[in-house]
Amino acid sequence: MAFASGACIMTIEMLGARILSPYFGGSLSVWGSIITIFMLALAMGYLFGGRLSTRNPNAVTFAMFYISAAVFSLPVIFLSDQIMEPIFMVMEDPRYGSLFAAIFLFFIPTTILGMISPYAVRLMVKSEEHSGHMAGLLYFVSTLGSAVGTLGTSFYFVLWWEVDQILWGTIAALALCGCMILVAHYAINPQSQKEQGRHAKNA
Amino acid sequence: MPKLISCFLFVVSLQLATGLGAAEAIHEERSRYRDITVTQIGERRCLLFNVHRGDRNQTCVMVNDRDRLVFDYTKMSFAGLLLNPEPSRILVIGLGGGSIPLTFSDMFPTAQIDIVEIDDAVVRVAKEFFFFEETENMRVFVDDGRPFIKRAGIRGQTYDYIVLDAFSGDYIPEHMLTREFLEEVKSIMGPDSVLIANTFSTSRLYDHESVTYQRAFGEFFNFKLPTSGNRIIITQLEPLPPRGELVTRAADLAERMVKYDVPLNDYPRRLSTRVDWDMSRRELTDQYSPGNLLQEN
Repeated sequence: MAFASGACIMTIEMLGARILSPYFGGSLSVWGSIITIFMLALAMGYLFGGRLSTRNPNAVTFAMFYISAAVFSLPVIFLSDQIMEPIFMVMEDPRYGSLFAAIFLFFIPTTILGMISPYAVRLMVKSEEHSGHMAGLLYFVSTLGSAVGTLGTSFYFVLWWEVDQILWGTIAALALCGCMILVAHYAINPQSQKEQGRHAKNA
Repeated sequence: MPKLISCFLFVVSLQLATGLGAAEAIHEERSRYRDITVTQIGERRCLLFNVHRGDRNQTCVMVNDRDRLVFDYTKMSFAGLLLNPEPSRILVIGLGGGSIPLTFSDMFPTAQIDIVEIDDAVVRVAKEFFFFEETENMRVFVDDGRPFIKRAGIRGQTYDYIVLDAFSGDYIPEHMLTREFLEEVKSIMGPDSVLIANTFSTSRLYDHESVTYQRAFGEFFNFKLPTSGNRIIITQLEPLPPRGELVTRAADLAERMVKYDVPLNDYPRRLSTRVDWDMSRRELTDQYSPGNLLQEN
């Protein structure tokens, strides 16, 4: 799951430059804008995800991160022209134009994707002494996913498919992850819900 | 005998070394986009991008005969005059050493010439080493070609001679190969406008690019010379003129082009409308434009 979220983040980021270039060109500043916004969004995501994990951490909330990230990625497909055109008209400077376009298109889904890792650490950690190990393992897997997403998108996906097709693939992958977590939670382990309820009462 | 051979090899390598040494680098700098090198061999001064990666010369000038154009592809860019012999508003995307705009400025002193160059270091080098100067009629905009053209289209500006020369070098601006981009270019063209695109003659990209231009413009002139690795696309919104008209125009203009060393009379028979590409290739769009990957394959 962490692998998938890492891969999806970088796939969207790599496509970001292609999505912005018709309006803001392919200059270095456009890449700068995209990377800046992704970094800021991930930073906020880590903060919120970490904070959320202190309040009744559960698999349903975790699944919702994936599903809502998928939903909030939809505007990149359906509204990108509507978002970029007014920004292009108002801002002559492509640096700030691309920065604002990147905020409106990518900030929300990337923030949500950033919440996954710290929340997952909380769900996986059973004891204090294993916390570092679990965090390390999680970052290993998700960063490996990021590497695969970057390489796959820039070397192969853009050669095989259209930008929107790749985005649909990403959205489907995220939604699938969310559903799989829910299925695993309810169907395979129906006990956990009761346990959680008891847990909440005790707390 | 082995001694003789090694002696011979030594002499050859010495000659090679001195031959290369003669191309003296008179300026080197690393800009945001590329390594820029200016070399001079005798009277010939050249601009090179990313020389370490084995790139070709971008522009050369003869410092003792500045009007003379050195490269075939630069000369070929003036074949559009056969379609529009008196342009008054000219747009050049990609400055390089500035020889194309300088020639236009010399030929048509009253024409308005706008140049778009993404790299301000190239503008500086063109001014310092290649005799390029901005004038009241000739302005450089440091910008990406695509937003510049999109904005010009929204403002209703048109140009009657457009040169797309942004594709040389080792990185291809993929957003300037697409059907949507060509539609934006069409929006700044009038009925008399001519579009010149310096593009690729090798690799799979040739097919994809040809298909894209054909979908956007219909028939176009494919201009290749046996001596040049470049392919120049020449097109306009109206149907292309018959060959006879091109021959007449070439004869009228040839005299004026002599000092730039452009053999205009030779050009009409080289302009072909024959389809020599794979028409089943996919059109390049904003959704699908892997130009850099296609060039490698």
